[in-house]
Amino acid sequence: MTDAPVLTLRGIGKDYGRTVAVDAVDLELRRGEFVSFLGPSGSGKTTTLMMIAGLQTPSRGEMLLQGRDLGPVPPYRRNIGVVFQNYALFPHLSVAANVAFPLQMRRVGRTEMARRVGETLALVGLPDHGARLPAQLSGGQQQRVALARALVYQPPLLLMDEPLGALDKKLREQLQLEISRLHRELGITVLYVTHDQEEALVMSDRIAVFNDGRIEQIGRPQELYEHPASRFVAGFVGESSFIVGRVTSAAANRVAIETAHGMLCGHPATSLAPGDAAVLAVRPERVGISEEAAGGDRNVVHARLVEVIYLGQSRKFMAALPNGEIITGLLPIALAADDLAPGQTVDLTWRASECTILPDH
Amino acid sequence: MNAGRLWRWLAYTVCGLVAIYLIAPMLIVVIISFSSSALLTFPPPGFSWRWYQNLVTTPAWRESFTVSLEVMTLTALLATTLGTMAAVGLAGRRTRWLAGLRTLLMAPLVVPQIVSAAGIFLLLDACGWVGTIRALVTAHTVLAIPYVVATVGAALETTDPGLVPAALTLGATPSVAFRRITLPLIRPGILSGLLFAAVLSFDELIVSLFLSTPRTRTVTVQMWSNVFGDIDPAITAIASLILLVSMLLLGAYSLIGRRRGAGSVVMPL
Ligand SMILES: Nc1ncnc2c1ncn2[C@@H]1O[C@H](COP(=O)(O)OP(=O)(O)O)[C@@H](O)[C@H]1O
Ligand SMILES: [Mg+2]
Repeated sequence: MTDAPVLTLRGIGKDYGRTVAVDAVDLELRRGEFVSFLGPSGSGKTTTLMMIAGLQTPSRGEMLLQGRDLGPVPPYRRNIGVVFQNYALFPHLSVAANVAFPLQMRRVGRTEMARRVGETLALVGLPDHGARLPAQLSGGQQQRVALARALVYQPPLLLMDEPLGALDKKLREQLQLEISRLHRELGITVLYVTHDQEEALVMSDRIAVFNDGRIEQIGRPQELYEHPASRFVAGFVGESSFIVGRVTSAAANRVAIETAHGMLCGHPATSLAPGDAAVLAVRPERVGISEEAAGGDRNVVHARLVEVIYLGQSRKFMAALPNGEIITGLLPIALAADDLAPGQTVDLTWRASECTILPDH
Repeated sequence: MNAGRLWRWLAYTVCGLVAIYLIAPMLIVVIISFSSSALLTFPPPGFSWRWYQNLVTTPAWRESFTVSLEVMTLTALLATTLGTMAAVGLAGRRTRWLAGLRTLLMAPLVVPQIVSAAGIFLLLDACGWVGTIRALVTAHTVLAIPYVVATVGAALETTDPGLVPAALTLGATPSVAFRRITLPLIRPGILSGLLFAAVLSFDELIVSLFLSTPRTRTVTVQMWSNVFGDIDPAITAIASLILLVSMLLLGAYSLIGRRRGAGSVVMPL
């Protein structure tokens, strides 16, 4: 029973007229897990979240919360916590009254209510702000109140829709750590929507990458980063450079593709067969500039530097291949020669085992 | 520098003249209402309360004033309730036929009053209602609803549409969410709608003329019929009272506006 998923989505979808907002989403959320929905704007993250909250009716599919079918349950009986991007605090109620609101709806007694409101406000770092109105708080403080209001009734599932989207970078990083801390301390299950891949990588146990109303890939951050299953994921989670080609030989963990720049090898993301259109994806930090000839395990391409950017700890460079494809590289400052300059021709190199070959549609 | 000052003085003078032009008729009416003379002479020869006493002792004035107050109260309550419900129902929805419905509700603002009056008369006459309080209340309510829809609609537009969904996720049923969240936030709009409806009903003449009988008539109709009889300063006394009621309602309106900040109370049109 304890291993039963908190939330199960089976083929959930939503159409608005002829536009498909969410195509078909499958997901199982384990107890205590922090899962992020990561994807570009318009990929269906919010709609999926709102269907779980009960604020949108699915056009198809099935949702279970702790094994119970959510279909016939109205939003006010789902007992799910929701934190909205624009906070949605009640402007005419004090901070304490905002946090007390869900407890009033559950007919919690007066003393118990006061205790829990006080505790929860302390938990989010606002113990002395109960008497203020939301408008008297900063954006970050308002978001903490929204969080307190969604946590105070201890819902089995907390949904957050880009909760930090309206805050500046520094505050955002601080609140990311605080939300992670709350998640650990309270052991709550969280579904977190973001379009910021760094935020998703920092906070999540698993990330579901959304594209066009579907989950393109779901997995642990490291898994997604190191083994993206599609060109979209490789480009959206972290940075990748791409070289297109065609598979010439395919083994279980080694695929060779013929490209405009010669034969290149890499680790296959999925099973590929000779003749398939494929694309090689390589992370900037894996690309080096080589002087000596390539070894057996290394890919080498000849390119011309078009840009070199000094980043303090490292140097980032962009190099153009003869057919216009761009390879981005990132060299630690100790390894980057001072005289790297646009216009130079260089040999770029990376290990075959450190790049991925993906199917190209 | 000098030219600037000249222009400023010119502006003050023009404003002053316009203000006098606007206020003078009301001022003359109020002054004459305290006249000791039986004639409408200006300036009055002396001060007296006789015309106000005359109002109280003349049954026609007393009764019509009571009718007006009753109709005003019922109209304000009814129009506010119906108009608020309509505004809430129409808010945030943009389908074509709801837009049509909204236009229909606002129609009394643009339909010439005499046309509305004739139509309402024909309808209510067929029901046999002419000369009743409920006929006056029904007609005034139709005319007042657009004002309420406008003020409440404006208040709804300034409230975050995400608040009710948030309340639902927190466990509030739709009706609780309306009472605890929507209603307090649109209260200034509702109150100003209520006041506009009251002023409209109290001042209304044209439709009331069609629906009044010698036994049941509003104070405006009573004034109107008096103008053709032996005209005396009693009519200025009743006019001053109407002015007083309107000014009290307007004063209440501006108090709401001040307490809630200028943004949340919006004058219709
Ligand atoms: N109420 C709506 N009516 C019509 N289309 C909508 C509505 N809400 C969302 N959409 C469409 O559905 C798609 C997914 O939207 P959304 O779930 O908000 O994406 P995300 O949160 O990932 O940015 C978008 O193409 C959007 O235009
Ligand atoms: Mg969104």
